Order: sequence, then C-alpha cells, then structure tokens
Amino acid sequence: MRVSLKEWTKSGEPWVWLNAGAVAICLIMVVGLLSLIAVRGLGHFWPANIHQADYTENGNTLRMAGELVEIENVPAAQLRESGVNVPEGLEFMQRDLMKIGNRDVGGSDFIWVLDDFMLNRTTPEMMFAAERREWGNFYGYLRSLKENGQVVASHDGYEKNAEYMNVWNKFQASIDRALDLHHQIEEIEKDDIGAINYELERLRLKERSLQLKEVTDQSRYAEIDQRRKELDAEYQSLQQVLLDLYTQINRDTFTAEAAGGQVLEIDVAKVVRAFLPNNMSITDKVLHYFAKIWEFMSADPREANTEGGIFPAIFGTVMMVILMAVMVTPFGVIAAVYLREYAKQGFVTRLIRIAVNNLAGVPSIVYGVFGLGFFVYFLGGHIDDAFFPEAKPAPTFGTPGLMWASLTLALLTVPVVIVATEEGLSRIPRAVREGSLALGATKAETLWKVVLPMASPAMMTGVILAIARAAGEVAPLMLVGVVKLAPSLPLDTNYPYLHLDQKFMHLGFHIYDVGFQSPNVEAARPLVYATALLLVIVIALLNLSAIAIRNHLREKYKALEM
Amino acid sequence: MSIDNTSLATELDFDTPAAKRLRKFRALKDKSASVGIAFGGISVIVAILLIFFYLLYEVAPLFHSAEIKQWQANGQAAAPYEAPGRGKTLYLTMEEQAEIGLRVTDQGEIIFFDTRTGDILQQQNIPVPAGTEITSFALASDASRIFAVGLSDGKVLAMKHSYKSTYPDGKRVITPFLEFPFGEEPLSVADSAVTELALNGDEEAWRIIASTEQGLALANLSFDENFITGEVETTVDTEALPKLRVPVSKLLLMPDRRWLLIAGNDNKLAVMDLAADGSETTQILDASTGNITGFSLLLGGNSLMVADDNGGISQWFLIRDDKNIWRLKKIRSFEGGTTAINGMSMEHRRKGFATIDTNGSLRLYNSTANRNVLTEQVVTGTASTIALSPRSNALLVEQDNKLSFWLIDNEHPEVSWDALWGEVWYEGYQEPDYTWQSSASTNDFEPKYSLMPLAFGTLKAAFYAMLLATPLAICGAIYTAYFMVPALRRKVKPFIELMEALPTVILGFLAGLWLAPFMETNLTGIFVCLLMIPAAILIFAFAWASMPKHIRYLIPEGWDTAMLIPVIILATFFGLWIADGVEQVLFAGDMREWITTELGINYDQRNALVVGIAMGFAVIPTIFSITEDAIFAVPKHLSYGSLALGATPWQTLVRVVMPTASPGIFSAVMIGMGRAVGETMIVLMATGNTPIMDINIFEGMRTLAANIAVEMPESEVGSTHFRILFLAAFVLFLFTFMVNTLAETIRQHLRKKYGSL
Repeated sequence: MRVSLKEWTKSGEPWVWLNAGAVAICLIMVVGLLSLIAVRGLGHFWPANIHQADYTENGNTLRMAGELVEIENVPAAQLRESGVNVPEGLEFMQRDLMKIGNRDVGGSDFIWVLDDFMLNRTTPEMMFAAERREWGNFYGYLRSLKENGQVVASHDGYEKNAEYMNVWNKFQASIDRALDLHHQIEEIEKDDIGAINYELERLRLKERSLQLKEVTDQSRYAEIDQRRKELDAEYQSLQQVLLDLYTQINRDTFTAEAAGGQVLEIDVAKVVRAFLPNNMSITDKVLHYFAKIWEFMSADPREANTEGGIFPAIFGTVMMVILMAVMVTPFGVIAAVYLREYAKQGFVTRLIRIAVNNLAGVPSIVYGVFGLGFFVYFLGGHIDDAFFPEAKPAPTFGTPGLMWASLTLALLTVPVVIVATEEGLSRIPRAVREGSLALGATKAETLWKVVLPMASPAMMTGVILAIARAAGEVAPLMLVGVVKLAPSLPLDTNYPYLHLDQKFMHLGFHIYDVGFQSPNVEAARPLVYATALLLVIVIALLNLSAIAIRNHLREKYKALEM
Repeated sequence: MSIDNTSLATELDFDTPAAKRLRKFRALKDKSASVGIAFGGISVIVAILLIFFYLLYEVAPLFHSAEIKQWQANGQAAAPYEAPGRGKTLYLTMEEQAEIGLRVTDQGEIIFFDTRTGDILQQQNIPVPAGTEITSFALASDASRIFAVGLSDGKVLAMKHSYKSTYPDGKRVITPFLEFPFGEEPLSVADSAVTELALNGDEEAWRIIASTEQGLALANLSFDENFITGEVETTVDTEALPKLRVPVSKLLLMPDRRWLLIAGNDNKLAVMDLAADGSETTQILDASTGNITGFSLLLGGNSLMVADDNGGISQWFLIRDDKNIWRLKKIRSFEGGTTAINGMSMEHRRKGFATIDTNGSLRLYNSTANRNVLTEQVVTGTASTIALSPRSNALLVEQDNKLSFWLIDNEHPEVSWDALWGEVWYEGYQEPDYTWQSSASTNDFEPKYSLMPLAFGTLKAAFYAMLLATPLAICGAIYTAYFMVPALRRKVKPFIELMEALPTVILGFLAGLWLAPFMETNLTGIFVCLLMIPAAILIFAFAWASMPKHIRYLIPEGWDTAMLIPVIILATFFGLWIADGVEQVLFAGDMREWITTELGINYDQRNALVVGIAMGFAVIPTIFSITEDAIFAVPKHLSYGSLALGATPWQTLVRVVMPTASPGIFSAVMIGMGRAVGETMIVLMATGNTPIMDINIFEGMRTLAANIAVEMPESEVGSTHFRILFLAAFVLFLFTFMVNTLAETIRQHLRKKYGSL
C-alpha cells in the first residue's frame, strides 16, 4: 500500500511507533540486564578449558597457560603507540584476558594478551587446575606426590598415560584425606574452641559484674575461677588434638610444573579441589558445575571473599529479614487497622495517611542515619548503661548490630505493610462488616473473625513486599550493622543462641564490598555476578508471589462486589 | 410432630447471669481491643514521625549560640583570684584539661597554678644571665607549646611547657614541667636589647627574628645529632635583615619560616619575604582604620588576624596575584563592636578566636563560618589578657592583676548558613569557593563544610537520570496504557513493575563494573545508537505502513512493541558495528581522546552519563507505573467521544487523554525525582564520589546520600561533622517528603476529579 510520508506523519503514527519503541527499549533493557547477570553469574561455575600457548611479544617468548575470560578489540594505533610491534595493515587487534592463576609464581593471576601473538595453542589433557586456600588457582602438570617429604609417586611426562593417572589418583586421595582433616580442624576450632572462648568471655563479664555490684561473697568468685580452670583444661586438651591434626594434615605435599617450567612444591592441605578440565567429559563437567554451585551456596568465603561461598551472607540476610518481618507485621497491621477501622476519618487521618505513604519514598539512607543515631547510639547506649555495665567500655548494643539493622529496616518497610493492609481493608465490602455487626458481634469480634481473615492475603502481600524491599536494601545497613566478614553466624549453639548484638553479613553488601573494595577485582567479579543473580532470583520470587496473591485477592472480592 | 414455639421462646432467656457475664466480658474485650489498637496504631505512627523530630534534634545544636559562665565553686560563681606571681603578664595559657594554668611574667617568673583557685603549683624563674632582663616575648604556636623571651643583651631563650599525666590510686594527677628545646643557654641573636621577637619552626629547623634598635636580625637554628652520643647540637647562623621604614610593634613569623609579618605603630602592616636568595619587604599596607591592637596567627599559622582600636577585626592571608606573586590580602572582616579591642586569643584546635574589648565584652568567632557565636560582658572595664584553653572549653580573663576562670560551651562554631550554602574563601584558596572536605590528616586543617557541591551533585545525578527515564517511561506508559493490546499489557506492566524491586546495589554494581568500562571503550557506539534506534524505529514503521494490507493484517494493532524488539536489537548491533568507522572518521579514532583534547572536557570512567543510565533504569519503573495508571484511569468515554468526532488516536491522546492525565504524570515525575535524589548505592558505586561542581556529563559527582554512606561510619559521634551529616539527611528527608507530598496531593485531587466524571 502506498502512503505518502506527509500524511503518515500528520496522522501521528510515527509518534505512536516511537512510544511503542520506548516500551520495547524498556523491555530489552530489563531482559538484557537479567540475562547479563544470569550468563555471567552462572558461567563462572563451568570448568573452562585450560589453554596453553607460547606468547611472543617483541621477541620475548613466554609459555603460559590459563582460562580465557574476556575478549576485546583494541585499535592497532593505540597498541603501536604503546610500543607493540603490530603488523602493518591491521586496524584492530583482538586482546584476550587470560586467567593464568599461579599468583605465587607470577604475581598477578590475570593478564591481557594479544591473540595474534599466541602460538602453538594446545589444550593439554593433563594440565590440571587446583583451587587453593591461598594464592588463587594453580595451573600446571602434576609431577610428584610426597608424604613426609618422601616421594610416593612421580611422573615426568606431559601426555596422558597410566603412570600419570596413577600419580593423579593418589593426589586426589591425598586431597580427600586433607579435606577430611581440615573439616575436623574447622569443627574443633570453630565449634568447640569457639564455645569455650565464648563461655570464658561470659565468665569474665560475670566476674566484672560481681565486682561492679561490689559483691564480697568470695564463693561466687571461686565458682567462676573453678569453671575457668575447667575450661582452660578443656582448651588445653583440644589444643593437643588440634596440634595432632595439624601435623597429620601437613604430611603431604605435591610438586607441580607450571606452564613456564617452574616446579613448585605445594602443601596438599592448601588445596580445596583439583581437576583436569581438559580431560573431563560433559557429565563430569556438569557434576563439577553443580558441585561448584553447591559450594557457592553452602560454603564460607575464602581469600578475602573473592573465592568460595557466600553462605554467611545468605544466612545473615535471611536472619535479618525474618527478624524484620516479625517486627513489622504486627505493628504495620495494627497501624493500618487503627487508621482504617478505628480512627475518625477526618483531615488528620488523611494527613497521616499521606505522611505514611510518603515515608515509603524517603531515601533509605535517611533511615540508616536515623537508625545509627537513634537506635544505635541513643537507645543502644542507654541499654548498655542499664543492662551491660560489666562489658563497658566495649559496647554491647551501643554498636551497629543485627537487632538495630532489622529494626531500622522494619521502620523503613512499615509504610509498605500499612499501605497494603489498608488497601486490603478498604476492599472488604461494607455489607460483610454490617452483617457481622447485625448478628450481634462486637466490633472487635467482627474485626478478628471476619475482617482480618478476609484481609489476610493483603497483609501477606504487604509483608512479602516489605521483605523483598528489605532484602535488597543496602545503604542503611552499611550504617547499622553489616560487615564484610563476620567471624560467626548470629545464630549458634552458644547461649543465648540468637545473638542480636552481633554484626552480620548481607548479600547486597557483599556485592558492594567484593565488587568495589576487593583487592583482586578481576578474580572477584564472577562471584559478584553470581551473588547478584541469587539476590535477583530471591527478590523476583518474593515479588512474583506478592503479585500472585494480590491478583488472587482481587479475583476473590470481585465476586463480593457484585 | 409438632413444635411448641411458645415454650422455645420462654427457654431463651437473654439475661441469665452467665449470658450477662459473657456480654460484659465481650464488651470488655471490645473496649480493650479498641484501646489497644488505638494505642498501638498511634504509637507506630508516632514512631514513624519520630524520624523527623529526631533528625531535627540532632541537627539543632549546630545552630545554637555559644554559652559562657563563670566557674562555680560551692554553687556560686567563684570570685576572681589574685594573679599568681609578680610582674606583668607576658603569656597566659592552660594545659589540655584546663586544670592547670601557666603565667609567664616580665619579671622572669614562670608560674603553674590551679586555674580554679589560683593556688601556685610550681614556680620557677627563667634562667636569665645576671644583669640582663626580659625585654620581649614570643609564642611559636599553641600546638608546639614553645615560647621564647628576648633579653636585654640581644639573646633569646626558648622554652616549652609540658605536662605529664599519672594515675596514682586511679586518680589523674597532672604534673607540669618546663623544657628547653634549644638548650638552657640563651642563644645570641642580636647585639642589643631585643624589643620584639618572633620564632617558628619544626623538628628540622627553627628561625628566630629579633627586632632591636639597630633593626631586624634573623637567626637560623639547625640541629645536628651526634651519632655516637645522641646529643643534639644546635648551630645558630645570624644575619641582618633589610631596614624597615615602619617602626616595629609586633612581629609574626609564619610556619613556613619565609614570611615575616610586621605590625607598625599605627595601622601599618608590612610583609617581608625571607626567601633564600635575599630578603625584601614586599608589601606595606594600611591594615585597618584604627591602630593595630591585636596581631596574631590563626591556628595553622596561615592566617593573620588583625584587631584595631575601632573594634575592627580582619583576617588576612597570602594568595598569588595575577603576576603569580604572593600578596597578603584581606579576606574578610568580622562583625564586632566599635570599642577598641585589647585582647585576642586563638583557639588551639579550630579556626576560631576570642576577643575582648575595653568595655569588657567578650566575643567568640569562627573565621571560616565568619560567625560571631557569642557576645557577652565578662568584666566591667578593661581586661588586660584573655586565654582560651586547648579544648576551647575554658577561658582565663585577667583584669587588674586578678584572674577569673570561665567555662565555655561552644560545640559547633564552624557552622553558619554561609558556611554551609555560600561561597567561602578558605585558607590557601585563590578565591571563594564551594568545597566539601570534611577531614584531613593534619590537626590544623580547616574543615570545609559547604553542602553546595553535594546538593549540586545530587541534582546533577537526578537530572541526568531523569533525562533518560522521563521520556522512556512516559512514552512507554502512554503506549502501554492507550495503544497496547490488553493481553500484552497484562504481561508487560507487572514485568516492568517487577524491576522496581530490583536491588539498586545490583544496578550500581553493573554500572560501575560493567557499564562504565563498556562505555569507555564504546563511547561512540552509545551515541551512534542514540541516533540509530529512533531512526530505525521510524524507518521500520514507515516501511510497515507501506506494506501491502494482507501482510499488515497478519499482526493486529497493539503488537507494535513486539515487532520492534528485533528491530531495536538489530539497530543497536548495527550502531555498535559502524561505531568504529564513525569514530575513525569523526573523532580521529578515539572519541574519549577527542573529548579530552579537542573539547577540553575531562573524562572520568565513572561519570554522570553512567549514573544517568543506571539510575534512570531504577527510576523508569516508578514513573512508568504511576503514569500508566494515570492514563489508564482516564474515562474511556472521553476518548471514544473524540474518536467518534474523527480525530486520529494520536490526536485523541494528545488533546484529550494527556491533558486529563497530566497531573498524574506530573506526580509520577515528581515521585521518580524523589527516588533519584535519594538513591545511594548506584551513585556510590557508579561515580568516583568526588565532590566537584561541574555540570559536565563526563565527570563524576558526589551526592548527599552517597556522602552520608561514605563518611557517616567514620565520623565522631556528636562532632560538627556528624551533625552536618545529619543535616544532609534532614535536607534529603525534607526534599523528598515535600516532593512526595506534592505528588500525592495532586494524585488524590486527580482521583477525586475522575470520580465525578
């Protein structure tokens, strides 16, 4: 069909299309963002192949091996300026970011190399990757395994053969043994010794509190001393066990040859996992992939949060959100019920409603400032004075912690619950209420037996939305209780089990901290993407369930409104 | 079977005791529920409103005036006590806790005394050689606690007062003692009596300037440590300085030991440059309208404070003029009385000072804020000397050889409206400027608490975010609400609203670690895409309109968005693909380089454009959702009427629907703006957080919110800095609260209006 451009413009069609384009752009941005996070976050766990190549730049040749992380194009002119001998006629050169690991050999575990200068590329089957507790990954060929300094097995070739596999299998067995020992050590150090230290600290506080109260009864001091001696003895025996375990775990070492030819001797105890990515079948890779994801979700972070898992952050977030929900639900609902059912509907109520509505739009950092000033320093300081004089000058509640963080977030999200509950209450038809009242029920009974049950999905929606908001909020938490690395979880087996005064880790803050405060950003980045993905999934699920409940609610009362 | 109705009626007795009890109980339950709920509800609301009042409560002390009261002994003001020691006061000061005072007299007595009672704790005589007397006095700086006396034989002796705290029996005991940093032997500086003296220096070298009848003499002190014995040997080199045309009444040497400031007998002020290649007098100027009566260096030694007998006080410091020559310049004068000022005392830790005039009125000032925090008559008549304690919480006033001890409460003198929001001429700056710099490594640093750069940064970030978000969100909402098929709308709307819940920390992280480097390498590509995408949309739309009908009818109206998605993706890739070529042709291969060299604009990797895109992303769902609601809520019969009269859908939208919905759209933009202003994590992560005032899109900024997040954890509780951060939070609170209230009121108004339609 022929249309004249002029007429088409006049009808306003172009504008409609541009508007349609705006929606499309929004959608593309959203989907693009989510897929970016998903791809980068999930890709990290896949065991990538290790490439080996001879890298020649300006006459110097270097044999290197590593994983390919990123590719970019660089203008050749820029390279020429920096003194690289770029062949004539090239406008762009491909530059690769390689993760070469071996930080203890070369100093840095990532390098940028020019793709064209890499010669003799291979993916040697017997090149292994080892994740270590320090110095990052190691890539190289296994050379020998030693027990107490005695060589148990060794091999010198680069090809796959039975001899190599023999060394490799022994190496794997040794790693398993070391991991098992490591687990035992950790259990003793964290749980048993941690509990002893915790009790010792409590005894010290008890003693101090007796002194402060000027109790002169010596028997009570003696009691404390007695217990302290017992604990010390227990500690000594545990220490002995630990010493034993440490000698056992340090028994094995292995030597390996890096791509550059250097031979290193490394403690097996330092290795978390070793694998031959170039020799893995798809099934192996998939298994490895899920093992890595499980480790990510369930393990403690290693190497300044750049490796390992994020379990403490997940735990801290969940803990904080649960506490917050426990606080925000009753208060939010009561406030909403008061505003809708009991308060006189006049100018003041309308004003309050607007104010509450708007508080949801007040920047979260303002709540953080309020939480720090009012909860932490003012309330916390007074609580310390009144209840924890023995711990002074070290603050107990007068310092940012779990309780203040959840209280601050409760305050931040209470408008959300109020607004949602009020909406739910206002949707309940008058007839239902009047019916109940006409049957002789009191107002409280009507509320409790008729109105609130009907409004409960709305409350749920409000609480879920509040949780979703709280889970993603970081700015106020930075002021009232989040830390980059918490020594222990806020919930453990030491009395009083739930430590409200403790600082905690948080997924959102973890993203900020690892992404921006980490010394090794390159290494940390994939982990940050994975953390971000996890956070997005959690929050999206929470929101979707809130939306589903809301829709369900609307459908339900459509029938009533007839 | 028959039912006996009558008997049933008689059986139902509503007034049995049990029923009565139950009714009472239920009434009680009802009553207590309403009381309980009212109490709970009101307290939650009060708790929420508490935020406002608490912030105000923390901020309020900033604007309190200072207070001063005399030391109380036994419930009443302590009477002034006799100044300990003989002779006239040369120097009066206190130690850190303001418990011990020090008085140096022209009789060579050094007396440490209890500031509250005047009891002498320790008394010594300056070891002056026989036959000489003290003719002048100089203080190096309050922080060094080093002072010197000039003697009638042309020699100079420097001393330092020090204090040692011990805790026998858990009580603090402060013991004062005197040290001689350059040895107990007076140093020979000139040949005749030293009438005026100045000295300054640091660990490595000192310089002493002495004025005698013959003129000015200079002595350089250098210290050599004997490696074997560890003894420090002091070498003195003296030289004469050029003659001055003005008589010398007071000398000051700046800490860099290069600039000598000389007060003449009347209102003359001379500046001498003691540069290594020869000293010369660079300036002689009239410093005030009256005679100079006060002449001191402010904390840090970079500013000169001049007071005169007309009550005028002014601050001077060296700045470079057009010819790049250092000139002493009057920076500001302070409001005061008209009575002659006869005493000044500088604060030891802040850029503040106290003056007293001949009527006995004490005034406290802060130089940065140009604020007179206190004016109070402390004595009747003329006080000869005043001295502030190191913590500026106590004051000694000497009158007629009697001392009185005062307590000062002056917590936040650095804050005034001008200091927060105005241009302030800070020490060492070439001109007045808006600067935020709250802390530094040195003690004599002048804190710069201008909120302007932060407020500017906040608005800049919000502006660029809105620049991206407003058109996209509003256009998107228009299409979704008015043109899109309902089936698609039901999917699209919740999807975009879901993004509102996306944690901003994720957006910030992506902006900082992915978008910023991506943009740096693909800057041209971004701009090419900006042009390419709308063009592609229009071209496709026209092509579609020109298609034969049977193809067009394949896809019903309202699915345009779905069709456009591949178009836009292709256009983006195409834009990025041709970007390299465009860059070669237009920008000589590197747009970033071109911007810096050709346009002279700085390019930061984390800049306002990155923030704009990331924060725009965060704001889009907010604006989109409210706008969409507003447009969708416009009654359908309005647009049907318009369409029936022959208007095209677009005309109907622009002329009928949009005007009706415009208040709603306005409130959407306001709420979006409120969100952009208060957003913390994105700005924190996607900008360099440098508090600069520059509208340039390629430079970063620091916003109020990010500033709080950065500085709050390390700010000292109750300090001025802490309270100013609270003030920043309060400003944010007020701003967003007002914007939101406005938007909310408009929305409610709108709802009412639609109700009547």
